[in-house]
Amino acid sequence: MNDARLAAAPSLDDPGLRARMEDFLYLEADLLDDWRIEEWFAMFAEGATYEVPPTGDADETDPATSLFYIADDYVRLRERIERLKKKEAHSEFPRSRQRHMISNVRITGMEAGVAEVSCNFVTWRAKRGVVDTYYGKHRYRIDCTIRPWKIKAKRSILDMDMLYPGKLTIII
Amino acid sequence: MDTALVNPEIPSGDVDMVVEDRERHLFRVARRAFTEQSVLEREHDAIFDRCWLYLGHGSEIAGNCDFITRAVGGRELIFNRDRGGAVHAFLNTCPHRGAMVVRERKGNALSFRCFYHGWSFNVNGRFASRFEEGNYGKEHYGGGCADLAQVPRLESYRDFWFVNFDRNAMPLTDYLAGAREYIDLVADQSEAGMEVVGSGQQYRINANWKLLAENSIDAFHGFPVHSTYFDYLKNIGSLRMNSGNNDFTARGITDLGNGHAVIEYASPWGRPIARWVPSWGEEKRELVERLRQNLVQRFGEERGLRIAETSRNMLIFPNLVINDIMAITIRTFYPEAPDRMTVSAWALAARGEDSELRKLRLFNFLEFLGPGGFATPDDQEALENCQRGYRNRREVAWNDISKGMPRVGKPMNDDEEQMRCFWRQWRQRMAGAR
Repeated sequence: MNDARLAAAPSLDDPGLRARMEDFLYLEADLLDDWRIEEWFAMFAEGATYEVPPTGDADETDPATSLFYIADDYVRLRERIERLKKKEAHSEFPRSRQRHMISNVRITGMEAGVAEVSCNFVTWRAKRGVVDTYYGKHRYRIDCTIRPWKIKAKRSILDMDMLYPGKLTIII
Repeated sequence: MDTALVNPEIPSGDVDMVVEDRERHLFRVARRAFTEQSVLEREHDAIFDRCWLYLGHGSEIAGNCDFITRAVGGRELIFNRDRGGAVHAFLNTCPHRGAMVVRERKGNALSFRCFYHGWSFNVNGRFASRFEEGNYGKEHYGGGCADLAQVPRLESYRDFWFVNFDRNAMPLTDYLAGAREYIDLVADQSEAGMEVVGSGQQYRINANWKLLAENSIDAFHGFPVHSTYFDYLKNIGSLRMNSGNNDFTARGITDLGNGHAVIEYASPWGRPIARWVPSWGEEKRELVERLRQNLVQRFGEERGLRIAETSRNMLIFPNLVINDIMAITIRTFYPEAPDRMTVSAWALAARGEDSELRKLRLFNFLEFLGPGGFATPDDQEALENCQRGYRNRREVAWNDISKGMPRVGKPMNDDEEQMRCFWRQWRQRMAGAR
């Protein structure tokens, strides 16, 4: 990384940083609410990961040794989005309605311009009169050295004691 | 029987809900079998209280004094190993006043203690509290009625542990019948034994439990429902349709007896044991080839390559699925209501497996099988759509499960004979319901 880009990255004690981060995460939520999933995918840096560990595992659990619900590398995430766009992704045809709420946004670290961010989330999914609720916390690593910022990693840690809705077909 | 098929009326008895006419190649199941509370109640009595039910895999309680708690057949159970390593299954209820004694999902303990009034038990189930004189009579300690109650029957086959709530049930090995051969094909995959990875997945589906029994061994739905999964395999270079040296497509469907059935077919996907696909990269090729050769050495060319190459979806009546496909999943499911079930699924793997292959196995599993996978959620959608469609059961009363009935010779794997095996057993069991 060149020094100029790093110099342009915000520092942790930048007073406006959290507001900017919240705007970034609100945009992400908005894109998902509206099923603009390709634009959502474009928020991810090449090589990024997207993971949903099994309920009950420790936050730092590893998909190489534990059975995750979702453990996407960049290719599988791209394919997930490609699949969701198809009518033959039957579980999301017709598409469900969804609404993403986030709060408790905290930036817990900044290393070489990459922010460690966590927030709480509740996501509702409605289809055929059934409302599914997913809740927990997101943990991100967000590259702030480039414009627009890019997500390098997103891990959605469910706080439910089992996966009541039975499926994770939307991006929570 | 004829009139039911020509002019189907809504059946009233359970036995009448499954109608088979071999001459005319018709097999029908009444949709009421999926919707009625009274049917569910009789299923508890005739099926879940009498059949062998999967409890867990021995690897889940690998060490002495390890325990897990699990709901099986509507009961709350403790599955554990005592200080000497002997395996037990206890009903998780205090003999004193009923509270569940163990409340954690898993752990390791030298004794169990009910938090309500402090009654304690050794991990072999024996009452272990010592109250001062005057609290309880001598009988209390000696007669066993203060001990944790054992499940009436606990037996295992190749480290797959089962319980039966019917003391007079036939032995497990007899019950498993032809399914033993297919459990062997899984258990023989590693000389070091097999193990459950992680804590498994628990989720709900808003559909009758029998819909998942059918779906788990149904090859007919594979391409219509899972085209996006096959697209994915194609896109990343994991689709490998030819079966190599062996073509096992002809194996098709096998009736394993007692309502169990299996479909066996050439794998279109990679198998960590031991069928390589290009997306894994050349460096894994040699590793997988070594596993194949090892299997051939141990079991000969035919059986060795069968273990390595082919995929198998097996249902052990009533509700144990062992699918040895792109990964191995063990799956059970229990009704909470006629239109709702809870599913538990575990990944099984070779103990001491190479860490890179283990990773591939887990990824293979979650890509297809998990609730966040590219296939299983679409199965759930299909099941929930069926359940919703059964609201029309008064006007459209019957499911058709006739595919392949006129075929001469062995059924093809996308026929529906395996489901007919299930339903014949269901009908026979339900005939004995009180």
